[in-house]
Amino acid sequence: MAVGAVAIRRAWPGILAAALVAAFVLASLGAVLWFAGGGGAPGPGDWAALRFTLMQASLSAVLSVALAIPTARALARRNFPGRGALITLLGAPFILPVIVAVLGLLAVFGRNGIVSQGLALVGLPPLSIYGLHGVLLAHVFFNLPLATRILLQGWQEIPAERFRLAAALDMGPAQVMRFLEGPMLRAMVPGALLAVFGLCLSSFAVVLMLGGGPKATTLELAIYQAFRFEFDLGRAATLAAIQAVLVGAVLWIGLRIMRPDGQGLGHDRVLRRWDGEGWVLRVQDGAVLALVSVFLLVPLGLIVARGAAGLGQLPPSVWEAFWASLAVTLASTLLGVGMALAIGLASVRAGWVEVLGMMGIATSPLVLGTGLFLLVNPWINPARLAFVVTAAVNAVMILPFALRVLTPSLRRIETDYGRLADSLGLTGWARLQLLIWPRARRSLGFAAGLSAAMAMGDLGVIALFADPRQATLPLQMYRLMGAYRMEAAFGAALLLLATSLALFWIFDRGGRGDADA
Amino acid sequence: MLTLEGLVIRQDGFELSADLHVPDGARVAVIGPSGAGKSTLLNAVAGFQPVDEGRIRMQGRDVTGLAPGKRPVSMLFQDNNLFPHLSAAQNVGLGLRPDLRLDAAQRARVAQALERVGLQGLEGRKPGQLSGGQASRVALARVLVQGRGLVLLDEPFAALGPALKAEMLDLLEEVLDETGATLLLVTHDPADALRIAPQTILVADGWANAPVATAQLFADPPLALRSYLGVPKS
Repeated sequence: MAVGAVAIRRAWPGILAAALVAAFVLASLGAVLWFAGGGGAPGPGDWAALRFTLMQASLSAVLSVALAIPTARALARRNFPGRGALITLLGAPFILPVIVAVLGLLAVFGRNGIVSQGLALVGLPPLSIYGLHGVLLAHVFFNLPLATRILLQGWQEIPAERFRLAAALDMGPAQVMRFLEGPMLRAMVPGALLAVFGLCLSSFAVVLMLGGGPKATTLELAIYQAFRFEFDLGRAATLAAIQAVLVGAVLWIGLRIMRPDGQGLGHDRVLRRWDGEGWVLRVQDGAVLALVSVFLLVPLGLIVARGAAGLGQLPPSVWEAFWASLAVTLASTLLGVGMALAIGLASVRAGWVEVLGMMGIATSPLVLGTGLFLLVNPWINPARLAFVVTAAVNAVMILPFALRVLTPSLRRIETDYGRLADSLGLTGWARLQLLIWPRARRSLGFAAGLSAAMAMGDLGVIALFADPRQATLPLQMYRLMGAYRMEAAFGAALLLLATSLALFWIFDRGGRGDADA
Repeated sequence: MLTLEGLVIRQDGFELSADLHVPDGARVAVIGPSGAGKSTLLNAVAGFQPVDEGRIRMQGRDVTGLAPGKRPVSMLFQDNNLFPHLSAAQNVGLGLRPDLRLDAAQRARVAQALERVGLQGLEGRKPGQLSGGQASRVALARVLVQGRGLVLLDEPFAALGPALKAEMLDLLEEVLDETGATLLLVTHDPADALRIAPQTILVADGWANAPVATAQLFADPPLALRSYLGVPKS
């Protein structure tokens, strides 16, 4: 490649951005650790929160992956109309606002949900969704699709020739599982378990709505409660420190065992399979896929059905929150994807830069939020910075995802056309405009769509900082639910769902443009 | 035109040395066994390959530390010589101004160059809509407008059929006649060297030898070349 000095000169915007991100994360973590212990050593409640955090994350991981195995297996060996749509649907939880999904699950499994209504018809008591099992239900709803996509990738990486060989040796489904699928699962399952476990450690919105109480409080929720109900900053800092160590440890383990490309975004290739032709297996696969589809689709369908009725009676506060959310979302998307582009370009020349940019995943939004709160509190009323801080934290949190999407395509541009561009003296702005932008447009659009949808649906830091007059759309929706204004809450949920999907679609579409090259 | 003084390139246990001079306007083939370092030599001259020792001079100037785009060099690679998202005219225009802010006179030069290589009317096409031969012509049109003193080619026509390749070499010759540029052409085909390059640099056994007359070289090949060509070592 080019000479060292040139490489560094070109990389400086990215190095600067990465340094900013690292400083932002480290300053917040530093504040948390500095203040930790101010509220005394962790009490029994704090240890209970740690235990519950670990337990729910472990159970969520085991349940999601256990259910994902038959689902991925069925998807891998069956071809049917709608298979592509189902795989796309499995990608939806990434852009689905958590609070919308939880409201949808409440509409199905809640006290007044359709299942409870059915039970009432036959004289049985209604379900209660609150507590550990509700948290697990929601976590499986979000992570079963993720785990399925990771495992499906594993299935698709088994070479077609192996299945042909298995058929030639007249192996039945049991032998195929033993000789082909089993070894693959042994390699993939730990990564899938850890991915789900890591996500559930930092889950906040789900536990906020379905957990709570001494028996079902996670560290993230305990941080929020220490802030909101006790205003005990020392205790919040102690909890945040425990959470930071936990997330950091899991990330460290993850980096050691995860394969670099374990995200499972590849899809849509059906191998010709000779095993599993028997009708028992056909029925089994069909039933698994039907159940999973129903489980994923019915809650969303209820949001649409009941939300449409509530759309007409949205209070003005929802619209205010909508505009605030839109502004915050666009700011974090612009900031997050802009930094991802700069850091990605720099990391093509100096790989370590990307590691700094990924620091967002080494912490959780509430830990970051706690640290920032502690930093700004002595100087300024944190509520005045609620939207700014939310935008900044969201930008840092979406950065790792945006980098994962962008970096491979930036690398490819550099390998394919870097030398040609260098030999033509295409540098700086001209290189960005004439080479990077047109060729990275597709992944930029996808990264921006993903980022915007994630930021739009986020309910985290804003809950720490906002005063009662401020809200983003997810927070306003949460308040409506708390006030039992369910029709308005469903309306807001539909608005939020539609906005998240629309933002994803617009950015992703914009990236495709005239795709003739 | 080009002088390599005590040049040494090291790369993972591989070492290539060169100490040679290529006169102004010369047409020189670079030939040798694969893996001997032909492309490495060309990349060092173009500025893509860092140099461990020695200097590279062009037109009397020391260019050793210069970025590729700052050297008086046009380079054509084995593939990816055009940006697929830009039109033929834009790809040629990049040779005049890398930011593509062309004035009327420069646009006229682009059109003229495309006409010169026989592509009039295809200015707006993107590389995906051109045949392999047409794409090579676009790249040669860019060499033409760049008008740089040294043209480096790293087997750029290897993917074309024999007739098309001969046609491209002829067109290359015309371009060189017009610009008066010096040529270094990496090839694995002796016929290419004999067709276009009166002189040849043999790269073998860690050395890029000084250019010698091509016809003589192939008439009486040295040992290193014999095994590559498959000539008996008698």
